[in-house]
Amino acid sequence: MDWRDEGIVLGIRPHGETSVILDVLTASHGRHAGVVRGGVSRKIAPLLQPGADLDLTWRARLEEHLGAFTVEPLKSRAVLLSDRRALAGLNAVTGLLRFALPEREVHEGLHERTAALLDMMGDSPFWPIAYVRWEVALLEALGFGLDLSACAVTGSTEGLVYVSPRSGRAVSEAGAGEWAERLLPLSPALLGQGTGSGDEIVAGLAVTGHFLSASLQPAMGDRPLPEARARLVDLLGRA
Amino acid sequence: MSDATREIEALIEMMAKLPGLGPRSARRAVLHLIKKRSRVLMPLAEAMRVVGETARECLNCGNIGTSDICDICQSEKRRNGEICVVEDVADLWAMERGGAFKGRYHVLGGTLSALDAVGPEDLRIPKLVDRVTAEEVTEVILALNATVDGQTTAHYIADLLESRVRVTSLAQGVPIGGELDYLDDGTISAALRARKSV
Repeated sequence: MDWRDEGIVLGIRPHGETSVILDVLTASHGRHAGVVRGGVSRKIAPLLQPGADLDLTWRARLEEHLGAFTVEPLKSRAVLLSDRRALAGLNAVTGLLRFALPEREVHEGLHERTAALLDMMGDSPFWPIAYVRWEVALLEALGFGLDLSACAVTGSTEGLVYVSPRSGRAVSEAGAGEWAERLLPLSPALLGQGTGSGDEIVAGLAVTGHFLSASLQPAMGDRPLPEARARLVDLLGRA
Repeated sequence: MSDATREIEALIEMMAKLPGLGPRSARRAVLHLIKKRSRVLMPLAEAMRVVGETARECLNCGNIGTSDICDICQSEKRRNGEICVVEDVADLWAMERGGAFKGRYHVLGGTLSALDAVGPEDLRIPKLVDRVTAEEVTEVILALNATVDGQTTAHYIADLLESRVRVTSLAQGVPIGGELDYLDDGTISAALRARKSV
């Protein structure tokens, strides 16, 4: 068995004295793990930093085996190391993917979306809006998608200001009525709009955070969400 | 198998657990030790006994020494007011080999790691914060690895301390003897950002 693909490093774990088990998000094979022999060497270890893009060749005798990777660097994201907020973003992305994604389950477009977000972190000050949208996309990929296109009560596409904490559907001011206090504010960041201010971003992350906790977390055996996400929310809230 | 052989086998098994040694190299090392009994084996056994009985972590900085407070923390020749923060004792030894730093150290005992569930409370970060206040520190130098975990830890500590003390970190860039052609793009970018007048 063997295949070749592109992958984003999510993390590594030591395997014996000289090897590591590499955890990657690939374009066509989903989240996948494999041994990298000599992965702690001075030559290979720097390539295996979380967020790096790799050209991967996976080989195993049988499909169900852990298998071994050979790796070639495509893109280092070392530029994020010196930016406090971007590094917190990178940690939140890799932490959430490791937390939420089952291995060897293909999620169309998630690799491309993640790579685009990580590229943006190094380039654009507006990446927090893209991060909020990425969390929405992650929830969707895992079957907990939000529907922000129209009001769940009136069907209107105008004046959407709330999100239902139960259904994940948008609600307009008119549709909310006396239930408004129980609904989550719909931040423009959730729609990829707005100014990208700290308040908008934190409000958007409060909505995605609610569904990560209320929907995804129970499905993952009630394990706590990655601490890295809480640190990112804290940092973005201070901006 | 005789008792003596069994004991030698036990020694080989213990040696094989050391980093860098497998069963074959452990066997060679044990054979060498037995052949050089008086010159190597007995002094080594005595040195290991002494270190086994006396080695301990410095209560102040986390360095390893043979007393509760290590030689560096006790030294009056060291500059007060500067603390160099390192991940583990091996990094402290590496800094000392360079001989360029004359201040004090603080060993964290690891880095923040989401994968290994290592949080701030698992490291010696609270002790560092206490030392900054108690020792009238003016500068904290973060000498942590240029990895995601190392730099995440550096930013976390900087966030905690930068309101009360100057926080700096080691420069990143072209190593001495390094050739640009062999450097990764991240290192070249970091070196370019940290460029200086010649």
